[in-house]
Amino acid sequence: MNIHFEKRKSLSRTALVLVPLASLAASLVLTGIILILSGADPFATYRAMFRGAFGSFRAFTETLVKAIPLTLTGLGVSVAFRLKFWNIGAEGQLTVAGVAAAAIALFLSPFLPAWALLPAAVIAGALAGAVWAGIPALLKTGLKVDETLVTLMLNYVAILFSEYLYYGPWRDPKGYGFPGTAPFPEAAWLPRIAGRAHAGLWVALALALFLWLLLARTRWGFELSIIGNSPRAARYQGIAVERNIVLAVLLSGALSGLAGAFEVTGISHRLQQGLSIGYGYTAIIVAWMSQLNPLAIPFVALLMAALLVGGDQVQMAMGLPAAMGFVMQGMILFPMLAGSLFTEYRLKIARA
Amino acid sequence: MELVTSILAIAIRAGTSLVYATLGEIYTERAGILNLGLEGIMLMGALSGFATAYYSGSVALALLAALAVGAALAAIHAFLTVTMRANQVVSGLSITLFGSGFASFLGQRLGPISNNHRLVGLSGPRIAPIGVPGLSELPVIGALFTQDILTYALYALIPLAWFYLYRTRHGLNLRAVGEDPQTADAMGVDVFKVKYLATIAGGALVALGGAQLSLSYTPGWSENITGGRGWIVIALVIFAMWNPARAVWGALLFGGINAVQFRLQASGTTIPAGFLNMLPYLATIAVLVAMTFWESLSKRIGAPAGLGNAYMREEK
Repeated sequence: MNIHFEKRKSLSRTALVLVPLASLAASLVLTGIILILSGADPFATYRAMFRGAFGSFRAFTETLVKAIPLTLTGLGVSVAFRLKFWNIGAEGQLTVAGVAAAAIALFLSPFLPAWALLPAAVIAGALAGAVWAGIPALLKTGLKVDETLVTLMLNYVAILFSEYLYYGPWRDPKGYGFPGTAPFPEAAWLPRIAGRAHAGLWVALALALFLWLLLARTRWGFELSIIGNSPRAARYQGIAVERNIVLAVLLSGALSGLAGAFEVTGISHRLQQGLSIGYGYTAIIVAWMSQLNPLAIPFVALLMAALLVGGDQVQMAMGLPAAMGFVMQGMILFPMLAGSLFTEYRLKIARA
Repeated sequence: MELVTSILAIAIRAGTSLVYATLGEIYTERAGILNLGLEGIMLMGALSGFATAYYSGSVALALLAALAVGAALAAIHAFLTVTMRANQVVSGLSITLFGSGFASFLGQRLGPISNNHRLVGLSGPRIAPIGVPGLSELPVIGALFTQDILTYALYALIPLAWFYLYRTRHGLNLRAVGEDPQTADAMGVDVFKVKYLATIAGGALVALGGAQLSLSYTPGWSENITGGRGWIVIALVIFAMWNPARAVWGALLFGGINAVQFRLQASGTTIPAGFLNMLPYLATIAVLVAMTFWESLSKRIGAPAGLGNAYMREEK
């Protein structure tokens, strides 16, 4: 008997759908074991998590609140990952975007007509995210500097910078020492749909569809997929590899930037602590579990948002750490990665 | 002179965790495996080290626990990347995501009931610095001899690691696997075994670096106690050009930045703390850019040629 793996000519469609589902199940089992070991009832915990995330209209809108930034950062990360540009800087791109949107909302309101304030803040956020992602993109294409570390280091820089602003010069003098800026004028508030869920939801969904069209149906998308498979082959075909990588990474940063701009204009209405709470990292899981498919991303983002909201609820209801949601998210990736072998290879068992 | 000695002493203390992690990652990468899970492994090392010390009262057990936890997490990475041929970048990222989530979970679960199940804010046994009589009073180099046992162990470990890598058969095999696994395989080296062992041993060392933080440098558990050190180490491996003998310089550089930060903050500088705290991260980017630029001049800084690639026997 000889067991070996054979590379598939094309990715297995069944495996593309089955592997994420099986990974979710595996994650539930593995986290269940951890729960039992730490003296908690896994079934009661999962029930409480589910109720916490979907049990009421309010719970569902709170899940949506987290699903919006996860969709946008997930889309952002996936665009870059398609090119094997490992942008793990969505957190920083989101944060600088929050800063930029806050700058417009706080300081330009006397100079802009009221209707223009919100669009200006959101566009500034997207641009700031693009610029922040542009730094590692240029270092990579110009000097071949590894992007993984640069994108990650810039997260710390962005977060420290935003903290400096809202603890320091931008701090609300009437805020009773609360670390945050003054509230934005209402003209800069993103309209809400239900509960705290805001209009960013429609933008996120539209962008998922747009991105899918862009990647699957346009010449540019086709060029990007060639670059992702083999930059060398792309170069032979006369594709401007470096320029396309920079453009795609700018798009990636802008998407994460939108997430940050929506967070400050839609949720907190000021720049304050709690803008960077790990969306940019969860985005990596969202992107990978969606197999980098933009149409799958909103659904996976909703699932991950449910784990986060459910985790918070479990903390209140059962005294378990909220970090449980993060443990489950981390657990999903291991079986996903192991399973990706089966999307690319098939198991061959032959008599020797 | 006093000032230089004391800054150097802090730099060495701050750099010790970085050296352990750098040595660990050098071994792993020398076998062709890039492990971006260091941040998660260091966090889990810090957590398991502190929790074990707190409950057992034994620092030795704490270090063993950290080694075991690091080895276990690295074993997951080895399984996913070597056996399952998963993408090394994404597998490493998942180790970091899982490790930081799990460490945070355990930090809010493993503590005593009196502290609301939390480990934050507790104090446990720690590894105290021991001055070497006579030597510790010397100017400047005295800083080398006012350290804790983990630092002293490094003085022996670094030359040993170098000797193992460059002067033994095992070290040669390890380097061969990282450079050109096909040829190593043809020479009769068990490529999979070498990759597994290097990844697991490397992970254990990385976790030891994490434990040094919670047991000695900043005793106690706090969330995000590593503050990105696991990522900085990835850059330090490049800075060391994958050579254990050079692992100290990067760690001293970053330890030195920490020490200067301390000094400036203590002296009441007008530079906002936020900007000072950015220094290590900006320096990491600077190191990367400088090393990449240098590589473009001299062609090669020593990255294992097979780094990051999955090895498949069938494709011989």
